[in-house]
Amino acid sequence: MATELDRRFQVVDSPIDAAAVMRRVQHPGNGAICVFYGVVRDHALSGRQTSQLHYEAYREMAEEKMTEIADDLYRRWGIDRVAMTHRIGRLGIGEPSVVIAVGTPHRKLAFEACEYAIDRLKAEVPIWKKEIGPDGEEWVE
Amino acid sequence: MQTDRFVTPAARDTVLVKVRFFATHRETVGADRVSFELPGGASVADLIETLVARFPDIQPVVGAARFAVNREYAAPTTILHDGDEVALIPPVAGGRS
Repeated sequence: MATELDRRFQVVDSPIDAAAVMRRVQHPGNGAICVFYGVVRDHALSGRQTSQLHYEAYREMAEEKMTEIADDLYRRWGIDRVAMTHRIGRLGIGEPSVVIAVGTPHRKLAFEACEYAIDRLKAEVPIWKKEIGPDGEEWVE
Repeated sequence: MQTDRFVTPAARDTVLVKVRFFATHRETVGADRVSFELPGGASVADLIETLVARFPDIQPVVGAARFAVNREYAAPTTILHDGDEVALIPPVAGGRS
């Protein structure tokens, strides 16, 4: 049976349990947990209307890359309480596609590290999204 | 395959690699994984050449792709080994804050 710690870096195909992501970074010595939600919005960067997003992942590599990003948070800041879950499949407007939680002793570092983590995830983790709207479907690149 | 025992192993042997496709590439190729047999010593770039010959429709989109070998980003010069898993990584959606 996998422990909560084993589940810190996950690609899932069902709705994300954000409270569970947060619980994975709790520690008695930490006074701050910063949680980032990426949610599906109703329009593309082009302004085109979107009704759904379809996410696809190279799951094994995505989970390894998330682990590497967390390792870098430890190297840069000594942070060892990080969890990331990304959902794949079809998501509707307002649904979380990604949740990242970072726990630190004080809040300033939690905000900074959480932003760093989502920026790295977006650039490196092999997950793609297709915008589905009234005008058709298109992979976002 | 040659059996001449004096050719170098690299020239004689072949490697079998599994190639994985995602998103726009997967739809273009019409499959999420295809195996390729390549000459020993072949690089990622050699694989791409073979791939484009077999699936010409992928040529317009392959230029923007990154590559991963055994789940690590890899340069086109990376030499492939038997059993490697190569993935074509189309540009990921993020980047913008």
